[in-house]
Amino acid sequence: MNALSEALKEFIGLFVDDGSLAIASVVWILVMAFGCANIPALAEWRAPIFALGIAGILVENVIRSARK
Amino acid sequence: MTWTHAGPALIASFLASMVEFVEALTIVLAVGTIRGWKSALYGTFAGVALLVLMVAIFGPALNHIPLHILQIVIGVLLLLFGIRWLRKAVLRAGGKISLHDEAAAYEKTRIKLSGNGSSVAALDGVAVVTAFKAVVLEGLEVVFIVIATGANGLLIPASAGALAAGIVVISLGIAIHKPLTRIPENTLKYAVGVILTSFGTFWIGEGSGMAWPGRDESLLGLAVVFLVASLIGVAITKSYMRVPEPETEVAS
Repeated sequence: MNALSEALKEFIGLFVDDGSLAIASVVWILVMAFGCANIPALAEWRAPIFALGIAGILVENVIRSARK
Repeated sequence: MTWTHAGPALIASFLASMVEFVEALTIVLAVGTIRGWKSALYGTFAGVALLVLMVAIFGPALNHIPLHILQIVIGVLLLLFGIRWLRKAVLRAGGKISLHDEAAAYEKTRIKLSGNGSSVAALDGVAVVTAFKAVVLEGLEVVFIVIATGANGLLIPASAGALAAGIVVISLGIAIHKPLTRIPENTLKYAVGVILTSFGTFWIGEGSGMAWPGRDESLLGLAVVFLVASLIGVAITKSYMRVPEPETEVAS
């Protein structure tokens, strides 16, 4: 059981290092992929806004980490 | 299938897989040198067997999942995986965290394994598990990289890239019998972080019906966006740091 939870922890560690970065990324994915899917005004801009948002999340996280 | 279509998947898979193979090789080399090659090879082959079994079981199941769901799931995992690498690479480049050092990783494993005085000729449980764990964990990342970069019908070039990386790293490991410290792993990880984050973002967009300008060519634009963002991150991190040269230590 211990080995299993250890393996699970290692597996999750492949994707999540800083929890706030993972949470912010997932929230942004949910907002842009599903929340804004039916807004016609955003149709053409959804992809670039999504990408810039991810880049912004990365920079914000790096700044916060660098300040610590 | 043209080179411009298959090339990015092949190169991305090759570079990303190379990093994983180097990390696995370092651990297996340390196990083999300290506790004997029998244990190291048993652990390695057991790890490879488990990976093959997992691919054989889960691989065909991927064909039954609707494409847009697969793109979103793979995209999310790939984005989390890539942005984690990219964040660490930026903080390393900015001097906030120490650089990854294969020699230090090798030494750490060597010290860990040196404590128990079992014979190098006998099969050693701790050594087998250490090699097994390294191969399975790094191998899982390779499998994941191949699936992610090879989605959209590019599994063959992506697999070829990973296979080539494996052959290069294993051949070098057999030839020099030392950790591959001369491979610029930190730079590779930075580049791979940019590539995987770009692929992840692209697949999420594709799966959720976003319209990428230029279709597949937008991957290049995404790589530029994440490269620029990461360079901004490096510059800001450096501005917060007072010590210009970080010390090296073991970090994954």
